Amino acid sequence: MYDFEYQRAISVDDALKKYADSEDARFLAGGMTLVPVLKQRLDQPSNVVDLGDLADMRGISQEGNAIIIKAMTTHHAVNSSELVISKIPALAHLAGTIGDHMVRNRGTIGGSLANSDPAASYPSAVLALNATIITNNREIAADDFFTGMFDTALEEGELILSVSFPIPEEAGYKHFPNPASRYPIVGSFVAKTSNGVRVAITGAGPCAFRVDDFEDALTKKYNPEAIRDIKVSDEGLATDIHASAEYRAHLINVMTRRAIGE
Amino acid sequence: MPSITMTVNDKQVSGDVEGRTLLVQFIRDHLGLTGTHVGCDTSQCGACTVHVNGRAVKSCSLLATHVDGADVQTIEGLADGDVLHPMQEAFRQHHALQCGFCTPGMVMSAIGIVNDNPDPTEREIREALEGNICRCTGYHNIVEAISAAAKEMR
Repeated sequence: MYDFEYQRAISVDDALKKYADSEDARFLAGGMTLVPVLKQRLDQPSNVVDLGDLADMRGISQEGNAIIIKAMTTHHAVNSSELVISKIPALAHLAGTIGDHMVRNRGTIGGSLANSDPAASYPSAVLALNATIITNNREIAADDFFTGMFDTALEEGELILSVSFPIPEEAGYKHFPNPASRYPIVGSFVAKTSNGVRVAITGAGPCAFRVDDFEDALTKKYNPEAIRDIKVSDEGLATDIHASAEYRAHLINVMTRRAIGE
Repeated sequence: MPSITMTVNDKQVSGDVEGRTLLVQFIRDHLGLTGTHVGCDTSQCGACTVHVNGRAVKSCSLLATHVDGADVQTIEGLADGDVLHPMQEAFRQHHALQCGFCTPGMVMSAIGIVNDNPDPTEREIREALEGNICRCTGYHNIVEAISAAAKEMR
């Protein structure tokens, strides 16, 4: 790992200022991606601004018909939250499938979303639940947030503060884990709301995306059989040692049907 | 060079580290506590597992500065004198190790698993061990040890 100047933020404003005053800084949340990336010398920031002390960036609450999860909330906290388990059990379930229990004790929802790893689990939930990402200076709709592989609508120095998840009527998440890494080769999150059904896929493409044909069919009839014969195009999907684009396209249908069944 | 202070196995320790110093390097190289192992160094294998503020974490993926001020427990802090922690004793009784390299991380992870789930099924134990790799035992005796220790710890 190349060395860098480590700085510990004492408030959100302090974190933003330290970032802005640095030549090329990174925010450090749980570090479950950033630290391995630094160890592999894939990145060489001048400064690392640690958000670990910002207690007001952690926590889960309900506001009206939405669950608010602050950015520094760990996967373990989401997985074990009575509030999330009772209001959006699929989201609690998803958080419990990320990494392993040691990783879930450190990794955060804000860090995961800002990183937008193509195989990250959370983006599928954010997109399917039509969540809103609240940053230090604006609110970003989930549909506008994920812009590409490791790419988001976040601007330089912009910090995710929390994510607001509207509570759905029902929802499900199912993923097909890579047998070795356990990352989703394909993960599907399905959310049924009064405005219709949303389906979002992770692991298959450069970033999370919705499947319009599934949504239309499921909005008419919320049943796995409604999409059984709908073929998903493999155009633009990832091909790697673990799965071809064609196989991923197939898994999108299977995982979505199983997500509804759960 | 950042100066850090933390509690390790109930003793307050401090040291000067680089920003890039990993927690496992601080534990092994600065404190001489070499029971915490570095296996893969890529946060896959779990040999480096310690507890930070009561939660199991992979110390090869944390900066030492990141846990400044925290309460850290390593494998060396488990036994009470000559009396092993129930998880250590269960690993011994059930022969849950062969070469022993993964064992400190296995034990620290297993305690975390049982703390969260005091009565785990065999399947739950196997799934929860996802972040710990053992290349000798085939896991069978490890699972039995954790199941037995869970009974002792309840």
